[in-house]
Amino acid sequence: MSELSLAYIMPALPEIFLALASMALLICGVLMGNRQTFTLGWLTVITLAVAGLLVLGLDWTRTVTFNGLFVIDGFTAYVKMFVILGLIASLAMSIRYLYQEQMARFEYPVLVMLAGLGMMIMISSNHMLTLYLGLELQSLALYVLAAIRRNHARAAEAGIKYFILGALASGMLLFGMSLVYGFGGALGFEAIAAHLDGLESVPAGLVVGLVFILVGMAFKISAVPFHMWTPDVYQGAPTSVTALFAIVPKLAGMAILIRLLFEPFGALTADWQQIIWVLAAGSMIVGAFAGLVQGNIKRLLAYSSIGNMGYALIGVVAATQSAIGATLVYMIIYMVMTAGAFAALLMLRRDGRGISDIADFSGLSKTNPVLAYALAAIMFSMSGIPPLAGFFGKFLIFQAAVASGFYVLAVIGVLTSVVAAYYYLKIIKVMFFDEPQESCDKIAAFSKRIVLLCAILFIMLFIFWPDVLIETSVAAASSLFVAG
Amino acid sequence: MVDFPILSLMLALPLIGALFIVTIRGDEESVARNAKYTAFYCAVFTLALALYMLARFDGGTADFQFVEHYAWFPSLDIAYHLGVDGISLFFVVLSALLTPVCILASWNGIKKRVKEYMIAFLILETMMIGTFIALDAVLFYVFFEGVLIPMFIIIGVWGGPRRVYAAFKFFLYTLLGSVLLLLALLTLYFQVGTTDIPTLIANPVAGTLQMWLWVAFFAAFAVKMPMWPVHTWLPDAHVEAPTAGSVILAGVLLKMGGYGFLRFSLPMFPEASAYFADFVFWLSVIAIIYTSLVALVQDDMKKLIAYSSVAHMGFVTLGIFTATVAGIQGGIFQMISHGIISGALFLIVGVLYDRLHTREIARYGGLVKNMPKFAVMFMILMLGSVGLPGTSGFVGEFLSLLGAFQVNMLVALLATTGVVLGAAYMLRLYRLTVFGEQKHQDAAAMPDLDKRELVLFVPLVALVIIIGIFPNLILDRVGPSVDRLIMQYEAGLESGLETGQKSDGVFVPRGPQEGVE
Repeated sequence: MSELSLAYIMPALPEIFLALASMALLICGVLMGNRQTFTLGWLTVITLAVAGLLVLGLDWTRTVTFNGLFVIDGFTAYVKMFVILGLIASLAMSIRYLYQEQMARFEYPVLVMLAGLGMMIMISSNHMLTLYLGLELQSLALYVLAAIRRNHARAAEAGIKYFILGALASGMLLFGMSLVYGFGGALGFEAIAAHLDGLESVPAGLVVGLVFILVGMAFKISAVPFHMWTPDVYQGAPTSVTALFAIVPKLAGMAILIRLLFEPFGALTADWQQIIWVLAAGSMIVGAFAGLVQGNIKRLLAYSSIGNMGYALIGVVAATQSAIGATLVYMIIYMVMTAGAFAALLMLRRDGRGISDIADFSGLSKTNPVLAYALAAIMFSMSGIPPLAGFFGKFLIFQAAVASGFYVLAVIGVLTSVVAAYYYLKIIKVMFFDEPQESCDKIAAFSKRIVLLCAILFIMLFIFWPDVLIETSVAAASSLFVAG
Repeated sequence: MVDFPILSLMLALPLIGALFIVTIRGDEESVARNAKYTAFYCAVFTLALALYMLARFDGGTADFQFVEHYAWFPSLDIAYHLGVDGISLFFVVLSALLTPVCILASWNGIKKRVKEYMIAFLILETMMIGTFIALDAVLFYVFFEGVLIPMFIIIGVWGGPRRVYAAFKFFLYTLLGSVLLLLALLTLYFQVGTTDIPTLIANPVAGTLQMWLWVAFFAAFAVKMPMWPVHTWLPDAHVEAPTAGSVILAGVLLKMGGYGFLRFSLPMFPEASAYFADFVFWLSVIAIIYTSLVALVQDDMKKLIAYSSVAHMGFVTLGIFTATVAGIQGGIFQMISHGIISGALFLIVGVLYDRLHTREIARYGGLVKNMPKFAVMFMILMLGSVGLPGTSGFVGEFLSLLGAFQVNMLVALLATTGVVLGAAYMLRLYRLTVFGEQKHQDAAAMPDLDKRELVLFVPLVALVIIIGIFPNLILDRVGPSVDRLIMQYEAGLESGLETGQKSDGVFVPRGPQEGVE
């Protein structure tokens, strides 16, 4: 099927649509200038929504196209839907913020969309080069976004740091791919899997290549020991960009990591399980203990995200279909909680400036009770206390670990969750038990309220219909296992 | 039996009340008033439901009654499964009884954020009742752990000067215990393939795994109970919590540990329970004697009663792990009785604290002169706590000790000294506060109990006497379930011995016995 027929490009329709739309919007932006960022931002939201509908409208049975470069199946559709939802949420709640912080540049929404496009390509990749292409498109857009407030020292520092370390990780990833190509003779996922299946003993070079690829991916999802950039970038980037970083790329990165491990390198499960085991344990431990001493909420959320990646990786280590389902559920719940937390954070302003020191939250329950209760619910949920959604994420993850016999990892997980509970509680303590400072600005923030409301409803009501998300996630995970 | 889902209704009613309170708008005063009334009526209705359930409970069977069973996580075979048997029955009633008492007790004492306070108590009530009626282990865990959220807020927002420290200690201590419980539950689920509690009881796991699971469950329940040496969060939490928080903590939350032993440890891990019984006995004896001695030297009334709670809970664990009819019935009875008595004693402290804003024993004295009604109430409760025959405290301690004497004479003898010590510290407290000189002007000028406070105390005090004189009101309904529990326990022991002999070497007894003795 080499001629350019409609059936040939159909699977990539959402991506193609986004690519064309982003060009069009960029041209609009150039013509209209920075004053129209508001219009452009909402246009981008609508475009993303249309792309989401396109993803929904496609046939989700496994289809490989572009000569084996590109794949869609239930798993990619599932992840793309949530990636698009995350992009919409993070963009919608940052548009007004851009004006408040005097950084309303028309490139902002377009860059968000390009990053999203990169993620979607990455999720759908069926070949190392597609993977690299998507990853770099995403990363380059995100590097620029991190430094978009370019006259601001911290933001510039965050951008540079992110770029240099990101480039290093990309280099490692490429090096790993070249090793895999050299020792395995293929770059397509199916070809690598077929080659590995035919081998009696795996050459060391291939395993080294796998390790380098994992290092590159671990950097992208900020798993310990490749997490160093996260706190600095989270803190330095404008809060709306931090929200984007925290909500979306992790999910995309986790999705492609899972595909890499189960499709091309499915035969090496015993090898990569040890590596992921260490990444998971390290992330949980560092995320819990380093978070204890943070005074800045954005840094704290960075360590929290590191820890949460550790929990999500437990499901990957367990390596069964229901375990991958658990990882997906965990990622979605984490994404919703983070979106809610950042919506609240973006709403908290005092004297026209955003606040990000935890000490500035003191007495928030008296001055802004609704926000304080919402944040408290999110924090209790993040520390995994039932009956909130966060508990069920952890429950499924630990259940997967126990079912696969990874008891030590599960014990580390529950113990670090107690340690991490301390810093989540500390935020609640500051908001509820400490004396109030002057009140925060009242701002009518429609889209942020919607995001926050959705997140809170999700967290509170998850207990009543847990099976909806669990079943779709397990079904999404199943497409990886049927193919493998 | 009843033809409507009474248990779900008892869970939902407080939640609906809490939701309703959230929507109350208006100026601060009217919001506070409306919130108080809504919360109170909700709690009273829940109590009425609980009493109706008690009346309709069939005391002749050990089966679960009022059962409700719906799919919850169909894909994981985890269900919304509720039911009540003789063991859980009175804990549900106790929770439903103490919540309105708590709300009434905070009527005037809580001045700030009344709305949130009432919401917290109603949510707490749902969680407490849920813990006792859940028949699915995951559902149980959700309620068991969910208690932490409202309690953390209650201690942290409305507590005393060191409330932040106490709230964190309470939260992290209990969380650490219960996450191990979670892992053990998951392991059980993996081994047996279900989280349904009756099914889990019917299929005990074998060998060394049982030991590990027992230890994990023990960690959670021992912290909650609390047993020596993991009791240290309790005095802090009690001292800092507001009066009603202490009442609910002592009255109901501590019982969750004991209930857990009865519902999980004993029937699911009979071999491990038998194996660790001596270990538990010695911890109990140490708790009884050591905390009684500590209570003897306290200057703070709340601390004294908190330590006495640890000692009384020692009798409960002692009774439960004898695995005799008398011991287990005594343990359950002691928990019910302690729930009423210690709850009421914390109210007594609350009455004094409301008037003088100190809990220091030395600041009071000669209260019998200006507060005669108070003195009478206090005396009956004090005697109940000491375990005087005719009060409910006697029955529980007596039965627990009876069970202990059948199993281990030395332990029982040592535990009995706790009864004497209990009399010593309670009588000392009573003498120093109620009798003696009226040394302080302000204490001598305090008014006696008002109508609201009498409404609080009279039913509780009456209950202490009534169930003290007619213990069969409780024991008759508890009896069949306890008999079945012991049957399951012994059946588990026998089958465990058989499998242990068949696969020799799997079940190797080793453990902390030497270290303790």
